[in-house]
Amino acid sequence: MPPAIQCRDLRKTYDGKVEAVRGLSLQIEAGECFGLLGPNGAGKTTTIEILEGLLEPTSGEVTILGQNWRDNARELRESMGISLQETRLSEKLTVRETIDLFSSFYRRPRAPEEVLEELQLSEKSDSWVGKLSGGQRQRLAVATALVGNPKVLFLDEPTTGLDPQSRRQLWEIIRGFQERGGTVLLTTHYMDEAERLCDRLAIVDHGLIIAEGTPADLIDRLGGHHMVEFAVSGGRNGDHHGSANGAGLEQWKALPGVESARHEEGDGMVCLTVHEPHRTIPALLDAVARQGSKLEHLTTRQASLEDVFVRLTGRHLREE
Amino acid sequence: MTETLARPGPAENPMTVAQETPTLGQKPTHVPPTTNRWSGFAHILGARMKELKREPEVIFWVFVFPLLLALGLGIAFRNKPADTSSVAIVEGPGAQQALTLLQSSQHKSSIHVTVLPRAEAMQDLRLGKYDIVLEPDGEGGYQYYFDPSISQSVLAHTLINDALQSAAGRKDPLPTSTITSSAPGSRYIDFLIPGLLGMNLMNSGMWGIGFALVEMRQRKLLKRFVATPMRRSDFLLALTASRLILMVVEIGLLLLFGVIVFHMVVLGSWLTIMLIGALGSVTFGAIGLLTASRAQKIESVSGLINVVMMPMWIFSGVFFSYERFPAVVLPFIRALPLTALNDALRATILQGEPLAAQGWRLLVLLLWGGISFILALRWFRWT
Repeated sequence: MPPAIQCRDLRKTYDGKVEAVRGLSLQIEAGECFGLLGPNGAGKTTTIEILEGLLEPTSGEVTILGQNWRDNARELRESMGISLQETRLSEKLTVRETIDLFSSFYRRPRAPEEVLEELQLSEKSDSWVGKLSGGQRQRLAVATALVGNPKVLFLDEPTTGLDPQSRRQLWEIIRGFQERGGTVLLTTHYMDEAERLCDRLAIVDHGLIIAEGTPADLIDRLGGHHMVEFAVSGGRNGDHHGSANGAGLEQWKALPGVESARHEEGDGMVCLTVHEPHRTIPALLDAVARQGSKLEHLTTRQASLEDVFVRLTGRHLREE
Repeated sequence: MTETLARPGPAENPMTVAQETPTLGQKPTHVPPTTNRWSGFAHILGARMKELKREPEVIFWVFVFPLLLALGLGIAFRNKPADTSSVAIVEGPGAQQALTLLQSSQHKSSIHVTVLPRAEAMQDLRLGKYDIVLEPDGEGGYQYYFDPSISQSVLAHTLINDALQSAAGRKDPLPTSTITSSAPGSRYIDFLIPGLLGMNLMNSGMWGIGFALVEMRQRKLLKRFVATPMRRSDFLLALTASRLILMVVEIGLLLLFGVIVFHMVVLGSWLTIMLIGALGSVTFGAIGLLTASRAQKIESVSGLINVVMMPMWIFSGVFFSYERFPAVVLPFIRALPLTALNDALRATILQGEPLAAQGWRLLVLLLWGGISFILALRWFRWT
């Protein structure tokens, strides 16, 4: 069985200067849910639109279900469902009319009633699209992708701007599709979404994949699963808010069980990646006491993909 | 957020219980629709017509506005029972005599006379309140004052002079009589309605195709459509078909309105009129498609559409005959698509000319439409 989605050394340069994608390779197996995670402008949408056959790559190869866009475009369109980032469907058509319209393009569509039921839109079936809430519109966008009975589903930021309940509803729908044997490729800049939904992830930054693996793998690579965040003030060494300097961080990195240390910008907090918090925290308290400093703040939490991203790029995912 | 996702099994979805069929308690089986080669076309056309029907502005601009325009202009330029000439007589000796003569003339019903001081009479002549001023010269004769470039004043001069001379006793050597007519076919409204038809077909072709496409591109709806197996040619065909359906209604309404309200006489066959209308619609649809081929924003396409249409509003003989423009530019004017469409509609509606006699005009339309369409296909951006 060929991989569901495969691309090799994709490059896309706009107007001969802006390099949106700079040599990106992926292989996604049938039945997988794969996520492209990265900040805005990282090249996620360009990548997914090249895979969807909507953009021509400057160079590189794309194979979907063992076929390519040049020779099998129509066949490929029959077997994939797409939800673009922000499509505004016709507002003066009803939900049912919209689904009927999209189903008419496919040779073997699913029953529109069934898709509407699955996406919990049956009650809204006669409402105009213009009257739907944000969550309902997004579900309708996914319904237009599912009605063609696709094997591969492409979702570009499917839950951006939705409330938590609508997001979870969509996650369930995506899971359901995957359980029936479908392959999903989605882009997101939400960490929790990627962690919860995706079997494997690629972290994309500046048009390149900087890390790839299962969510657990990626977090493992941090070297520690726990994060300890704290802030100190006062003490003999003077201004500890200046601990952004290397010397300050070295001191914390030397504590037992600490894998890495970084300074959070803005709030003066120090953030440690730790594999054994029960050894690190007493040592940290001792060190603070020895210095005569005062602990202003202390929290511990599970490491997340956000930490992976910050570790790899030095930036937060959702930074402006 | 740490909750796990509910994963409903296929048989335990509570939403479907109420709809269960009495047979075996299975999930209701929805039958997938069967689709064929033309399903996509039919659905796009259906969706397009529904959208138009649900857009009150479209109904107004496409159907009601041309009727209002025809009604307003038809009333404003209706043929008055008889044109009256207004004349001011300058006060002085002899003024009273002129007044009496004019009032006793056989033309008195079409003459409106006032006696005024000289300064006031001259002032009102300049302002167009009077067509002509009559001044006694004090020696039993009269002088006329008027601007010969105003045809109304030239007419008034002839009429007043005639009235004055014959009332004073002139005998015409040749007996003549006049029969007037205002037959349908030669009035302004007869000229106007085919022009409005043409203009309307241009407007709705350009906006209905050009603007609609850019709007869909801006909403990323075009991109969403080409991400499905939809045939792009079906999409364009469906848009064209929706224009043709509207065209039949547009032409039918406006012509019937002319026939019923203004007693217009349609000499040509309705089928020929519809065929010309269809060619005009498709031509302007193609020009609309070309206009919309690259624009990303509705603001930019609106500007473009107006730039394309503006010269034709002025030159193509919608409201007045383009023969009034200098002879040098007439060939260019006749090469404009709206001129060809208006001329063809007028020749058919007013003179009953058959399609075969209009080869040149139809060719002009065909060339504009064909070349626009070919260029549009090369440049059109779906995403």
